[in-house]
Amino acid sequence: MIAELGLAALWLAAALAALQMIAGFLALRAGNASELAALIRPAAIVQGVLVTFSFAMLVWLFAITDLSVKLVASNSHSLKPLVFKLSGTWGNHEGSMLLWVMVMGLAGALIALVERRLPERTMNATLAAQGVVSLGFYAFLLLSSNPFERLPVPAAEGMGLNPLLQDIGLAFHPPTLYLGYVGLSVAFSFAVGALLTRQVTPDFARAMRPWVLAAWIMLTIGITAGSYWAYYELGWGGWWFWDPVENASLMPWLAATALLHSASVLASRDALRTWTIMLGVVAFSMSMVGTFLVRSGILTSVHAFAVDPERGTFILVLLGIFIGGALLLFALRANTISEGERFALASREGALVFNNVMLSAILAIVLLGTLYPLLTEAFDVRVSVGPPYFNPVGAIFAIPMFAVMAVGPLLRWREDRIDRIGKEVALTAALVVAALVLTSLLTEIGLLPLLGLAFGIGLAVASWLPLRGRNLARTPLATWGMVVAHFGIAVALIGMASESAFTEERLAAIEQGDTATVGLWTVVLEGVEPVAGPNWTAVQARLSAHYGDGEARELTPQSRNFWAPPQQTTESALATRWNGQLYAVVGDRSPDGRWQLRLWWKPFVTLIWYGGLLIALGGLLALIGRVLTDLRHRRLAARIAERRADREALA
Amino acid sequence: MTRPALAAFCLAFAMPLAAQQTMPPAPFAYRQLEDPAQEAAAQELMETLRCLKCQSQSIADSDAPMAGDMRHQVRIRVAAGESPDEIRSWLIQRYGDYVSYKPAVSATTWPLFAIPLLLIAVAGAILLRRFRKRA
Repeated sequence: MIAELGLAALWLAAALAALQMIAGFLALRAGNASELAALIRPAAIVQGVLVTFSFAMLVWLFAITDLSVKLVASNSHSLKPLVFKLSGTWGNHEGSMLLWVMVMGLAGALIALVERRLPERTMNATLAAQGVVSLGFYAFLLLSSNPFERLPVPAAEGMGLNPLLQDIGLAFHPPTLYLGYVGLSVAFSFAVGALLTRQVTPDFARAMRPWVLAAWIMLTIGITAGSYWAYYELGWGGWWFWDPVENASLMPWLAATALLHSASVLASRDALRTWTIMLGVVAFSMSMVGTFLVRSGILTSVHAFAVDPERGTFILVLLGIFIGGALLLFALRANTISEGERFALASREGALVFNNVMLSAILAIVLLGTLYPLLTEAFDVRVSVGPPYFNPVGAIFAIPMFAVMAVGPLLRWREDRIDRIGKEVALTAALVVAALVLTSLLTEIGLLPLLGLAFGIGLAVASWLPLRGRNLARTPLATWGMVVAHFGIAVALIGMASESAFTEERLAAIEQGDTATVGLWTVVLEGVEPVAGPNWTAVQARLSAHYGDGEARELTPQSRNFWAPPQQTTESALATRWNGQLYAVVGDRSPDGRWQLRLWWKPFVTLIWYGGLLIALGGLLALIGRVLTDLRHRRLAARIAERRADREALA
Repeated sequence: MTRPALAAFCLAFAMPLAAQQTMPPAPFAYRQLEDPAQEAAAQELMETLRCLKCQSQSIADSDAPMAGDMRHQVRIRVAAGESPDEIRSWLIQRYGDYVSYKPAVSATTWPLFAIPLLLIAVAGAILLRRFRKRA
């Protein structure tokens, strides 16, 4: 019954998306007078409620492990802890697609509910565009990935969830990323709506900006969390692999970063109109490309995809319709939208344009490196594109970007002279050069980590300079947000450079009571014992580790065996200090009774994720600042309207 | 979000549980070379070689037995004085271009290098066009 309720709600939501789309376009053609226009906002809101209900039903099915539902039987197990039963809802293809449309439905409902700044015609077009996109994904879900399908005979027991996914970090990783992916769909709809009605105004940018910001914050958190998860769960201390799945989340982030900055220019200076629209289309396109890569199975093998192409083809067609349609509209309309206000190279807009071009180039490199191997594989030529390609080629564009990022926020809008900020530029340049010279003299270090470290240090200081000479109490929250986010980039950069340059590794085979050393750490193997969890058994090593003469800390890395499905995973143990992390993994036992230990000392590795969190925090500050300003404007506008009404009544 | 699934796929295929009872016959899979310079060279090379049984993991990041065998091969060859480039081309000869994460310019990979150059040109052109008009 629960499954049927969920399915019915899903069909109804799809019907409402269709209504939203048709009413929207008819209203657009008829102009404001159409009565149909009154249907659009309620349709969007009810659709959001229905799809949320449908998702809640699926969560319920997983919570009670209803084994008559195919999806539950093939992805869950009655012995799993409850939290992983719940997170198992979106740990599979169908469930995660339902989560995707739910987030999209909620986002649509929210803009229908609160957004009143834009002309009603533009809003109608925006919601119609949102309807088109939603309808495509409802069709995908209902026609080729029905999550509520029943089994003819209920299964006796579920197949279980992949043990690597049974981790609390991963339970919340996909929802965060999806919030980001789908938040960009709102930016996409706004861009299409603005194109349709030719209303590319600062108001449009202001309406779109909080959505881009929110999506960008979620993507930042999702990527940061995913990277940390890979770091501690995969057991080898790697935190970024340039894996296509990771790239799928990085590409929308890069596009959203560019969009965010360009929308800011449009909002405050009425410049970069077409550029902002273009980025709005590209950002969501990257989300869809990411979904296609992850969901179509094309990554496992291009040939497997060609043999069972139903789902992949469906997403590919959707992708073609949405991206192709939006680009066609853009091509038809772009020349009717003027570029907007002009500005000089040495201006804040100039710096932002430069960095937007750099971000777009990095995006193109990541896209190329991700798709090229898939392309050649289709012709039976297999090549690998990995870190030795992405790191240096990306750096060609990233390094100038960091340099401009350090000075850009100090420049004035429209027109400025570099010599006005000569002191700040000199300070930053001196820091970078000093770091370059000192580091290369003191240690042996590769070129990329060296540059990363130097620019990270320069940027870490430069990012605070925009606050100089300001009254800190009166500085807008959005400015604080920018400063914190830029500082976060610097922090993450220093972490990455330090990890890749200074990591020390020790592979040891030792007996109980023996010691191994790595960096300044001394690690004693105190004992090895078996332990058991709810659905696994493990061998657990007890290590006592101390840094220099410091206190001993107990670490307990495990090697776990899950039985449903049968699989082995390593649970690493971490000892965190202010200046880095000790990473310990226990491996197999050799015939002579010694245990394999893998130890790493990774100086300042934690800065990578602290940097990520700072970036997200900066975004959050900016978002709060923008929303508060908007609320204040609304209150003010309401009061003015009230007064005018009073005056008219008096007259 | 499916990186774990991929890793799992790799583990599931690569690690029958019975294989744990004996150590792999490749002692240098989990043992470092004595000479730190040689070990560093080996490590750098291993990070750019693909674990063929896994998805998107280098042999320096994998528990798969085949990755262990390849680490062993890399380490003993480095210890025997072979240069990393020689070892890489030996592995490419055996397993094809797919094994190396560092694409070399060839008939099949030239776009990987031509397109970034093109991008630099395009980026330069966009910036020039934008800022020249008003000067």
